[in-house]
Amino acid sequence: MWCPGCGIGVMLGALLRSFEELGYDCRDTVVVTGIGCTGKSDDYLVTHALHTTHGRALAYATGIKAFNPKLKVVVIMGDGDSVTIGGNHFLHAARRNMDLTAIIINNFNYGMTGGQFSGTTPSGAITQTSFYGNPERGIDICALAEVAGANYVARGTPYHVWELKTNIQEALSKKGFSVVEIYSPCPTHFGKNNQMKETRQMLHWLKEKGLPVKDYNRLEPSQKEGCFAVGKLVDRDEPDFNTRYEAVRARAMAPKGLRNGDTQ
Amino acid sequence: MQGNQAMAEGAFYAGARFYAGYPITPSSEIAEECSRKMPQMGGVFMQMEDEIASMAAIIGASLAGAKSFTATSGPGFSLMQENLGLAVMGEVPCVVINVQRSGPSTGLATKPAQSDVMQLRWGRHGDQMVIALSPASVSECFSLTVTAFNFAEKFRVPVILAPDEVIGHLRENVRIPAPGELEVIDRKKPSGPPEKYKPFAADADGVAPLAAYGSDYIFHVSSSMHGPDGYSNNNPANAAWRVDQLHRKIERHREEIVLTKTFDTEDADILLIAFGATTRASRAAALELRKQGIRAGVLQLITLWPFADQEVAALGQRARTVIVTEMNYSGQVAGEVRKVLGAAADIRQVNKYNGQIITPQDILEVIR
Repeated sequence: MWCPGCGIGVMLGALLRSFEELGYDCRDTVVVTGIGCTGKSDDYLVTHALHTTHGRALAYATGIKAFNPKLKVVVIMGDGDSVTIGGNHFLHAARRNMDLTAIIINNFNYGMTGGQFSGTTPSGAITQTSFYGNPERGIDICALAEVAGANYVARGTPYHVWELKTNIQEALSKKGFSVVEIYSPCPTHFGKNNQMKETRQMLHWLKEKGLPVKDYNRLEPSQKEGCFAVGKLVDRDEPDFNTRYEAVRARAMAPKGLRNGDTQ
Repeated sequence: MQGNQAMAEGAFYAGARFYAGYPITPSSEIAEECSRKMPQMGGVFMQMEDEIASMAAIIGASLAGAKSFTATSGPGFSLMQENLGLAVMGEVPCVVINVQRSGPSTGLATKPAQSDVMQLRWGRHGDQMVIALSPASVSECFSLTVTAFNFAEKFRVPVILAPDEVIGHLRENVRIPAPGELEVIDRKKPSGPPEKYKPFAADADGVAPLAAYGSDYIFHVSSSMHGPDGYSNNNPANAAWRVDQLHRKIERHREEIVLTKTFDTEDADILLIAFGATTRASRAAALELRKQGIRAGVLQLITLWPFADQEVAALGQRARTVIVTEMNYSGQVAGEVRKVLGAAADIRQVNKYNGQIITPQDILEVIR
């Protein structure tokens, strides 16, 4: 399993409870994972599963979903998988609006390899490869998902357990690309160098700084510094890839002369 | 019909209904053909964000039950290697077409080469075996694509089809076989109680049945070392069993997989060994030598990997001189031939690596 205080177990619990409450069937559910601590998740599941290479989980899931739209495909990734090594696939899965649910544990570092900085590590943070402070800025996964075209985006934490489950269920139920990012600062590696060595310190941070979206949006820009919004951030209903591809197929199969243009 | 088009047609004939790729010269016509035909057949064409994603997507689609493939050239093939390794490890049937072009790096991007022979075999990290085929005509582009899918489905492996740019862009007349004329093999599906299904428990032929995501046979596929049930397993004995199995399921079917063609080799004093476009120059050179009273013949390697060591040994040991023709500097096939025939054998090389094809005159020069 995972280290004490890690949010991955809380995420997996919320996901499994969501599966159960939404009546998911193992036979038409596929869970795709990447590499790293979150990539261990599939070993605890009895659904169809594909444990892939680092950063590429969304591309594998895209192939599964594009060929068989009936499958419910859930992709579990970390911050390295989703927006660092796999950033390009994230952009394009969102742009295509693939009907996938991406569950992303953001622990602000590479936990599995011993705590090096990732693409989400905040500027100035101390890690095994940013000993004097991270010179780079961390990316905002939810903001990226929004501009890239995801239909649903939410942020949760292992402190806000019930809200997290609600967001996961909304994401699973949403057609199109849906993203649930879960802040879970790695207590073992990231936390020990960044004032969150103990789990309770991490939970305090999540509680103090994680504000419901409405409350967060009411703050002045200066007050937002160090805080983050928790809950549903984006909810829209753009057609997903498979819906658009069905239209392409219909044009391809139509008699010649009707194939191009939208006049048919 | 063009070679690239013939490979797309061969894939459709074999039942391919999923293509994912990223445009690259000199393979793009394959993607273009798929973008037009796949939706008409109810299949899927996807243009992915890069070759890494293309390889991943065809693996995902294959596990969802599709016969799937991609096509690329040198730089793209390099990018596919990591996920190609997952297809080996996860025993996922699929076909990768690498229309070989000049390198290193971007090289002469539109010019032919045969310099990926070792990359086909050893491009991925870790110990493994792959099947790689190379057509020498447009007709073979069609038929060997069907063969590639058949091997992929039968042995649950990725199969690489590696023409060179000359063959990919060559135009020749091709007769497309009627449906049923060529054998088309589909992967073994599991039977019996779904709860007993183990996706990596091989049958007597060394190959395990493969279910599809969405069926009652729920299964796990993993890039990590796994047991017969597909779940992580770090036991050394299990790891050894997996690596053994990945090799042996190909080795035990060697006779079926290793394909060669011979032209006038029965009495050949001079044996020309070639593949792809250089086969054609080699045949012309051999015919010219026959006219001069020199007994020359050609061994065409259709299967590049596993290497045709027995065939090379049988013909090469009888010949006085062996000439290996290939569009690369290092003699990637010549090295394998030397391994088989030994350092004492008279093995000559014809290598060209300037983006131009080998001509019959180039070959005749090393005999004079």
